Amino acid sequence: MDNILSILIFFPALAGLLGFVVDKHSAKVYGIAVASIELLLSLGLWAKFDTTNGGMQFVEKSDIIPQFGISYNVGVDGISLFIVIMAALITLLGIILLRDNTKNMKNMIVSLLFLEMTMVGVFLTLDAIMFYLFWELSLVPMLYIIGAWGGPDRVYAAVKFFLYTFAGSLIMLVGLLATAYLYHEATGDWSFSILDWYTLELTETQQFWLFLAFFAGFAIKVPMFPFHTWLPWAHGQAPTIGSVILAAVLLKMGTYGFVRFSLPILPDASVTFTPFIMMLSIIMVIYTAMVAFAQKDMKQVIAYSSVSHMGVIMLGVFAMNAEGLGGSVFLMLSHGIVSGALFMLVGVIYERRGTKLMSEFGGLAASMPVYATIFGVMLMAAVGLPLTIGFVGEFLVLLGFYNVSPLGTVLAGSTIIIGAVYMLVLYKRSFFGPLTNEKNKDLEDLDKRELTALIPLVLIVVWLGVYPKPVLEPIDNSVKLLLTQMEKKAISTETKEAIVISKKEAK
Amino acid sequence: MLEPVNISLEALNLSTLMPMLIAIGGGLIILLIDLVKENLDKSLYVMLTILILLVDLGATTGLTYGATQKGFFDILLMDGIAVLSQALVLVASILFIPLSLTSKRFHEYSYPEFFALFLFMIAGFQFMVSSDNLILIFIGLETASLSLYTLIALHNRSNSFEAAVKYFTMGALAAGFFTMGSAVLYGISGSLELSQIATAISERMNDSGVMVLILGGAGLLLAAFAFKLSLFPFHTWAPDVYEGASAPLAGFMSVVPKVAAFVVSMRIFEMFIELQVHWVQTMVIVLAVITMTVTNLMALVQEDVKRMLAYSSISHAGFVMVAIALATDKANVGVFLYYSLFMFTNLGAFTMLWVSRHKDRVHHARFDHPYDKFRGMIKIMPMGAVVMALFMLSLAGVPPFSVFWGKIYLMSATVDAGYIWLAVIMGLNSAVAAYYYLKLIVYMFLKEPSADINQKTVYYNVSRPLLTILGFAVIITVASIWIVNPLIEYITTMIQATNFGI
Repeated sequence: MDNILSILIFFPALAGLLGFVVDKHSAKVYGIAVASIELLLSLGLWAKFDTTNGGMQFVEKSDIIPQFGISYNVGVDGISLFIVIMAALITLLGIILLRDNTKNMKNMIVSLLFLEMTMVGVFLTLDAIMFYLFWELSLVPMLYIIGAWGGPDRVYAAVKFFLYTFAGSLIMLVGLLATAYLYHEATGDWSFSILDWYTLELTETQQFWLFLAFFAGFAIKVPMFPFHTWLPWAHGQAPTIGSVILAAVLLKMGTYGFVRFSLPILPDASVTFTPFIMMLSIIMVIYTAMVAFAQKDMKQVIAYSSVSHMGVIMLGVFAMNAEGLGGSVFLMLSHGIVSGALFMLVGVIYERRGTKLMSEFGGLAASMPVYATIFGVMLMAAVGLPLTIGFVGEFLVLLGFYNVSPLGTVLAGSTIIIGAVYMLVLYKRSFFGPLTNEKNKDLEDLDKRELTALIPLVLIVVWLGVYPKPVLEPIDNSVKLLLTQMEKKAISTETKEAIVISKKEAK
Repeated sequence: MLEPVNISLEALNLSTLMPMLIAIGGGLIILLIDLVKENLDKSLYVMLTILILLVDLGATTGLTYGATQKGFFDILLMDGIAVLSQALVLVASILFIPLSLTSKRFHEYSYPEFFALFLFMIAGFQFMVSSDNLILIFIGLETASLSLYTLIALHNRSNSFEAAVKYFTMGALAAGFFTMGSAVLYGISGSLELSQIATAISERMNDSGVMVLILGGAGLLLAAFAFKLSLFPFHTWAPDVYEGASAPLAGFMSVVPKVAAFVVSMRIFEMFIELQVHWVQTMVIVLAVITMTVTNLMALVQEDVKRMLAYSSISHAGFVMVAIALATDKANVGVFLYYSLFMFTNLGAFTMLWVSRHKDRVHHARFDHPYDKFRGMIKIMPMGAVVMALFMLSLAGVPPFSVFWGKIYLMSATVDAGYIWLAVIMGLNSAVAAYYYLKLIVYMFLKEPSADINQKTVYYNVSRPLLTILGFAVIITVASIWIVNPLIEYITTMIQATNFGI
C-alpha cells in the first residue's frame, strides 16, 4: 500500500458521499465503522512507518495544474504522523460520544467525515495550494456543525469563526503566491511544493514580509493573542463534538503551519521574529490563564485553558532547538487528547443537566464517582502533572525554551501554577463539597457509550505519560532533520547560532 | 476624384466574417419561420437557436487566427483573444438559451423575435471583440446593447421597463463618451485603427499639448467602458437593471457583455499602458480597487438575493479589472480563466433564482428573491440547498470550487507584477465578500423554514432543461480542478497569438 496516504485522505470523503444514502437511524453506526477503519489505516501507517528516518515517507506526487506548478503531493514524517493518528482517534471517539437522539444525525456524520478528510489532508499534503485547499475547506463543515447544532448564538459564532479564519488565510494565500513567484524567479519553474521551497534562498527582507503574511493565517488559527477572540465564541456555542474537534485538531493546523512553513522556509525571519512571538505567547499564556480563572462556565474555563496551552506550544515552536520543537509537537498531541477529553467531559454533564455553570454543581464526586475520577485524571494531565501526557511536552518545551530566554521560561512556567489554581478551583467547586443542589443527587454516572469514548483517552494519557519514547523518537528524528535544513538554509550567522540541533553541539 | 479600389477576394478573407454571418443569418431564419407559420412552440426556437449557436461555435473555433490575421477590408482582426472571447460568448449563450424552457409560461419567450434579437446581439458582441477599428467596435457594441435593452424590456413587468430605460439611457451616455473619446484619438492620429493610433501616439508623445489630448481620449474611453463594465462610480444602474431583468438574463449580463467589454478594454487600455501612459494604469487600478471594495460593502446590506448577486457581479468585475492595469500576459490569461469559470457558477446561481421565480411576488412586497424565501431550504429540499451553497462557496472563492482558481491566478499575476499590496486588497475583499455569500448559506442551512414555504413554492418554475443546465453548472463548479490546466493551456496559446498595444 504505497498510496496509503491518498487512501487516508480520500476514504472519509468517499464514505461521506456514500453516507448520504445511509438510513438516518443507522448513520451513527456507519460513522463509527468508517472512523474506525480510518483509525486502523492510520495505525497501519504507523506500523509501516520507518521510525529511524526523519524525512518524508510514502511520498506521492502527480501533477494537477502543471501550467501553474500545482501538484497533488503528499508525504508523512514524524511530525505529521501522530497528528494524523490523533485526528482519526478524536473523530472516532467524538462520533461514539454523539447522543443517539442527536437531531439530523446523518448530516452530522457526513459533515464529520468531510471534516476528517480536510484535517487529514492538511497534515499530509506537501503542496502549498493543496494545503490551502484543505485548510479552507475545513471551515465549511465546521461552520455547519457549529451553526446547526450549537447554542442560542450559534449563527453569530459560526460566521465569526468562518470570516475570521477566512480573512487571515487569504493574506496567507498572497504570501504563498509570492513565495511561488520568488521560486519562479530563482529557478524558472512554477512550483508550490513545500519541499522545493525548502531549497529556495530568500533575502531577509523577503523573509520578513512573507513571515508576516503566513503569520496572519496561522496566528488566527492557533489562535495567538490578540487574534483569539473568535475562539471563546466558537467554543461557547459549538456542540460538544464541535468543541472537541476544534480544540483537539483544528487549532493544531495553525501551529503545524508554523512548523511546516514558517520555520523551514523562512529561518532567518523566524529567528528575527522570535522575541515578538515570545512576547505574544507569554501574554497569551498568562492572560488567558487569568481569564480562565474568572470564568463561571465550565466550558469557558476549559476553552481559555486550551488557548493558554496553545501559547506554550508556540513557545516551543520558536525555541529553535530539538527539545523545544519536539516538545511542542508532542504537546500538540497531548493538548489534543487532553482538551478533547475535557470538552467531552463537559459535554457529558451538560447533557445531563443542561447547564455548564459551576455554581450549579458541587459534590458531584458523590453522585458520579467514575465521572469525577476521569475528570480528575484529565485535569491533572492538563495541569501537567508528572507521569501524565501533559507533563512530557510541557517539560520539554520549557527545557528547550530555557536556552532562549530563562525569564520567559519562568513566566511561561507560571502557567503551570495558575493552571493548577483554576483547574483545581473548578474541580473543587464542581466535584467536592456537599451535594447542595437537589438536581445533582440523582445524576447517573457514565454509561457504556461515554466510557467507550473516554477510557481510551485515559489509557493514552497514562501510557504516553509514563513511556513517551515510541512517539517522541520519530518526532525527534524529524525535528532534527528540520532544524538541520533550517540551519543550512539560514543566511545570517545569528540565525545559525540561534538554531541548536542537539545539546552536544551547543557545548 | 476617388480612385476605384482594387482588392482581391482572397485579401478580403471573407471567412473571418463567417461567425457573425451565421448568427445574423440564423436570426433571419427564425424571423422567416415566424412569417410562414405562427404560434409555434418556444421549444422549436430554443433548439434552433442552440443549433445556430453550435454552428457558430464550430465556425469560430475553426478560424485561422493570428496576431496579424485581418480580413474584410482590414477592419476585422482575428487574433487569439477575438476567437477566444467569441467562443466564451457562444458557450455562455448556449447555456443561457435553454433556461427559457421553464415550466411556467413567461411572456417574452412566446415571441420568436426574442430569439432573433438574441442572435443579433451575439453577432454584435462578435463584431465588437474581433476588430481593432474603433468604428466597428462601436457598431458592434451598439448592436449588441440595443438588442439587450429590448430583451430586458420584453420581460413585461414594470420594473423591467424601468431597467431597460435606465440601461438604455446610461448606454446612450456611454456611447457618447465612446464616440468623443474616439474622436479625440482620431484627432491625434488621423486613424481609427488601434495599431495606427498606437504608432501615432508613440511618435507624438513628446510633442507639446499632445499628452493632454491622449489623457482626454483615454479618460473618455475609460468612462465609456466603466459604464459598460459597471465600474464605480458608473455602476449605479447595474443593480436595478439586474433586478428588473429576468434572472437568467441577469446571469447572462453578468458574463457576456462583461467579457466583450473586457476584450475591448484590453485592446485599448493595455495599448496605453504599453505606451507608458502611466496615468491610465493608475486610474484603472483606482477604479478597480474602489469598485470591488464599495460594491462589496453595498452587497453586505442587500435584502434581496438577486440584488446581492448583482453587486457581487460588479465586485467580481472590479476584481478582474485589476488585470487590465497589469497588462501582462498572465493577467490576460487570468481574465479569461476567471470568466470561463465564473460563467458556470454565476449562471448557475441565477438559474437557482429562476427556478424559484413566481409570476407575482409572493414572498415580499418589494423583492422577488428576499433572503427569507430561502430560509431553512435544507429541510425542504436538501439537493437545491446544497447546490446553491456550492455556488455561493465557489463565488466566495473557497477552494477547490471553480472561481477560486480564477482568483488565485489573478492574484498570482498581481503578485508577479510586483503589486503585493493590491493582491492583499484583493484577498481582503474576498474575505468581506464571503460574508454575504455565507449569509445565504446561513439562511438556507441554519434557520428554520417559515411555515408558508414548501417544495412547490420554491421549485415553482422547475423543468428538465433547467435542471440539466444546473447539473452542468454544478459539475463544472465542483470538478473545475481538472479542467483548469487545459483551460490555462488553451487560453495561453490564444493570448500569445494576440498582439497587444503596438
